[in-house]
Amino acid sequence: MKQKLVIIGAGMASGRALEHLFDTAPDAYDVTLFNAEPRGNYNRIMLSPVLSGEKTFEEIVTHDTDWYEAHGVTCRFGEHVVRIDPEMKVVEGENGHVPYDKLVIATGSAPFIIPVPGKDLPGVITYRDLDDTNAMIEAAKKPGAKAVVIGGGLLGLEAAAGLKLRGMDVTVLHLMGHLMERQLDEAAGYLLRRALEDKGIEIKCQASTAAILGDDKVEGVLLQDKTMIPADLVVMAVGIRPETRLANDAGIEVERGIVVDDALVTSNPDILALGECVEHRGQLFGLVAPLYDQAKVLAKTLTDEASAFEPKEVATKLKVTGCDLFSAGDFAEGEGREDIVFRDPARGVYKRLVIEDNRVIGAVMYGDTDDGNWFFGLIKDKTDISEMRETLIFGPAYQGGAAVDPMAAVAALPDDAEICGCNGVCKGQIVEAINAGSHDLGAIRATTKASASCGTCTSLVEQVLAVTLGDEFVMPANAAVCGCTDLSHEDVRRLIKAKELKSQAAVWQELGWTTPNGCHVCRPAINYYLLADWPVEYQDDPQSRFVNERRHANIQKDGTYSVVPRMWGGLTTPDELRAIADAAEKYNVPTVKVTGGQRIDLLGVRREDLPAMWFDLNQAGLVSGHAYSKGLRTVKTCVGSEHCRFGTQDSTGLGVKLEKHLWGSWTPHKLKLGVSGCPRNCAEATCKDIGVVCVDSGYEISVAGAAGMEVKETELLAKVATEEEAIEIISAFTQLYRENAKYLDRVFKWVAKVGLDWCKEQVVDDLENRAALVARFDLSQSVYRKDPWAELAAPEEARQFQPLADLTLEAAE
Amino acid sequence: MSWLDIGSIDDIPLRGARIVKTVHGCVAVFRTAEDEVFASSDRCPHKGGPLSEGIVHGKSVTCPLHNWVFSLETGEAQGADEGQIATYPTKLEGGRILLDATLLKNPVAA
Repeated sequence: MKQKLVIIGAGMASGRALEHLFDTAPDAYDVTLFNAEPRGNYNRIMLSPVLSGEKTFEEIVTHDTDWYEAHGVTCRFGEHVVRIDPEMKVVEGENGHVPYDKLVIATGSAPFIIPVPGKDLPGVITYRDLDDTNAMIEAAKKPGAKAVVIGGGLLGLEAAAGLKLRGMDVTVLHLMGHLMERQLDEAAGYLLRRALEDKGIEIKCQASTAAILGDDKVEGVLLQDKTMIPADLVVMAVGIRPETRLANDAGIEVERGIVVDDALVTSNPDILALGECVEHRGQLFGLVAPLYDQAKVLAKTLTDEASAFEPKEVATKLKVTGCDLFSAGDFAEGEGREDIVFRDPARGVYKRLVIEDNRVIGAVMYGDTDDGNWFFGLIKDKTDISEMRETLIFGPAYQGGAAVDPMAAVAALPDDAEICGCNGVCKGQIVEAINAGSHDLGAIRATTKASASCGTCTSLVEQVLAVTLGDEFVMPANAAVCGCTDLSHEDVRRLIKAKELKSQAAVWQELGWTTPNGCHVCRPAINYYLLADWPVEYQDDPQSRFVNERRHANIQKDGTYSVVPRMWGGLTTPDELRAIADAAEKYNVPTVKVTGGQRIDLLGVRREDLPAMWFDLNQAGLVSGHAYSKGLRTVKTCVGSEHCRFGTQDSTGLGVKLEKHLWGSWTPHKLKLGVSGCPRNCAEATCKDIGVVCVDSGYEISVAGAAGMEVKETELLAKVATEEEAIEIISAFTQLYRENAKYLDRVFKWVAKVGLDWCKEQVVDDLENRAALVARFDLSQSVYRKDPWAELAAPEEARQFQPLADLTLEAAE
Repeated sequence: MSWLDIGSIDDIPLRGARIVKTVHGCVAVFRTAEDEVFASSDRCPHKGGPLSEGIVHGKSVTCPLHNWVFSLETGEAQGADEGQIATYPTKLEGGRILLDATLLKNPVAA
C-alpha cells in the first residue's frame, strides 16, 4: 500500500524534490501538496524579469496543473495549514485534515518587516511572490509615481531596477555604507552604485528609516536624519527569516530555522524539512543552488536511500540588465588572507580574488563577469593556484603553457575587441591606423582618439603598436613621477582631468599613491597640475612648493635670498630706481646686479627682512618679478618704433601689455618672452619660450626656443596683423602649455613631444578652441594675477618669516 | 627633563616648519600632516641648507638646496645619502608645543 506524503509549501525546493521523487519512485507515495499561494510552483528567481516586463508569469511557471495531475498530486493551493499534529500524524488545513506517514515542511521564508510606525499602511509591500510583483506593476501604472525601496541587497536592487523600468521614480534606502555588503566589498559596491545611479535610480546609503508616513495610504518615508522622501509605494526588501511557526507549534526543534540533520530529517523522524525554512549545521539558506542539492537528498531519504546534504559554496549574480555582477565564497579580510585585485575604473571593471593557503576562497567581480564560473570552480574544487598566481586574475584564457606573454594576449584579441572604452575604439581600427602610417602613440591618438581621453588604455594601445609593427616599434618607457607611484606625469595629468580630481587627497587616494602625502618630487607637480586644471576649485598649497615659490624669493647657497622687482617690459623710472637703491641700503644688500631679463637683482637678503623690504618696494609701486617661479618671468623688449630708426612696431609697448596680461600665472616651468621691434632682433626674441618679432605687416609669433643648457631657435607659430591678435594667440598658447605639459618641461621640450602642428591647430586654426583657451586662461588669471609680495608683507603673513621663538634671549636673562 | 612652551601648533603651517633660535643654533620645528611635531637641527650636514625651508612629507623633510631627505624621527639621511641631523625631544600639550629646556643651556658652560 502506498504511503501518504504531505508537503507544506509548493516552492522551488519542494518542487524539485517531487521531480526527483517521481523520477526514482513514482509509486512510493500518495502526495498532498499544500500552498498558501493560490497557485503551484514557479521560478521565483525570475520574478524580477516579470516585474521589469522582460518576461510574463506564464514563462516562469515550472509546474502547471497538467503536471500535478499527471503525477497524481492532490493540490490544496490557496489553503493555509493551521497546525501539525505530530502525535496523530495529521496536518490540519483550513478545509480539513490530511493524515501522513511522512511530512515535508517547505514553508520557505517570510520577508522581514522593519518595525516602524506606518509599516501596515496600504502601499507598503514586500517582494516575495507574484502578488507582490503584481502590486508593484499596478502601482507603476500611475504616471509620475514614486517608489522607495528599503534595502540595498540583491532583492531590493532587482525590485528597484524593475520599478525604474516600469517608469517609476525610484529611491533605494540602504542601512549600510555600501550596496549588497554581504556579497560585495566596498569597491564593487561603489561601481554598482554608480551604474544604478546612471540608470536614474537614486541611492541613499547609511539611510535609516524612522517612519513610514501617510494617513490612509503611503505618502512618504521619513529618515532618522529627518529627510522626507515622498512615495506612492514602499517596498520592504531588508531581508528574510525562515518561516518556522508551524514547526515551532508542533514542538519540532527550531533554532533560527527548523533544525535538520544531513538527511534533512527534523527532530521528529517522520517529519523532514528543506528550503529557506531550515537550519543545517547552524547555516541558513537563501540562494537556490543549495536548495536544489537539498531536494536531491530529501527525495533519497524519502525512498530510504542513504544520502547526506553537504553545503557548498554559492555564487550570486545580480539580475539587473547592464549591471554585471558576480560574487562567490568568502571575501572578508582576515589574517593569512591575501587579495589579488584588478581595477579599471574607467571601464567600470573590478575583480577581486581572496586567496588563502594558495587557494581561492572568494571572488567578487563587477563589470566583467565572464570568468566568474571559472573562479567559482576554483573555489569549489579548492584548486591550488600557486602555479598560475601571476596571471590568475586575467582568467582561464591566460593559463597553462609556458610563461605568459602579455603581448600574446593582445595579439590574440579579435579585431572587434574594444581597446579604448572612452572613445569606443576597437583593436581593428587601431591596426588600420597603424597600417595607414600612424606609428606612434601620438599619431594613434590623433587619428583614432584611442587613449586620448582618460589614458588608462595607453599601455594596451602601445602593445597593439608593438604587436603590429614588431621591432619597428620601441616601447616608450614613460618614467613614473617618483617612488610614490607607478604612474607617469602624463598618466597623472590625464587622470586628474578625466576623473575630475580636485584635491591632493583625491589624487593620493584615487590614484593609489603609496605615501601619505607624496614627496618633494611629486607634490610640487601635483600641486601645479591641480591649480592649472582647477583654478577656482583648488587652493594653491604653499607647503607643496619648493622654497623659492613659497618664500617668493630665490634661496642662495648661504640661505639668504635674492629679491627682483618687476620692471614691465624692462621699463623703469627714476622713482623706482630710487626705491630700489633705498631698499638696498636699508637692508644691507651686499650685491646689486642687472639681470639678463632687463631688471635689477638684490642679492643676499635675510629671510627675516623679506616682508619689510617688499613693503617698502610696494610703496614705490614695485611688485614681485617672479624671478623665482615656474611661471611668467620676463618679457624682454627693445625700444622699437618709439625711438629706434629701424623699429617697425611699438615692441616695448607690446612687451609691457604682454607682461601685464601674463604675470602671476603658474606654468609647468619658467616662461620667458621677448619682443623685438624688427628682424635685427635686439630683444633676442628668437631664443625665448615665446618670441615676437615685429615686421612692417605685423607680428611674427614663434615658440619653443631655448638658451640654457640647450640652445635652440624658435619656430614660427603664426603671423598676425594686430597686437590684439598677437596677445590672444600668446594667451591661448600659454594656456595650452599650462594644461598639457609635464611639470618641469620647458616649452621647447613639450612642443617636441606634441608637435608644433598640433599646437597650431589648437591655437591658430581652430578659432573656437583658441577662444576657449583664452577664456580658461583669463579665469585662472582672475585668481592668480596678483602681487604675492603685497600679500606676504601683511603683518599676519609676515610672522611666518620670523623665528617661532628666540631662546637665546631667554638664556641671556 | 623640563619643558619650554615655544608656541602654538597653529603657528606652524600644516606640513611646514618654523625655526627657534637657541644657543646651539637654529632648531627647526616641524608639523606633519598628522599634526605630529618634531624638532631637529635646521642645518643640513651636506651644505648647510635650512631644513625648515624644505618640503615636509610623511615624517620626512627634504633639504631645499640639494634634496637630501631626512627622517624627522631618527634624524638619519634617507636613500643613498649618508648623514645625520640632531633631533630634539618635543611634546604637544593642549595645542602648545613644548621643547626640551636643555636647549637653553650654554654649550660652553655645560
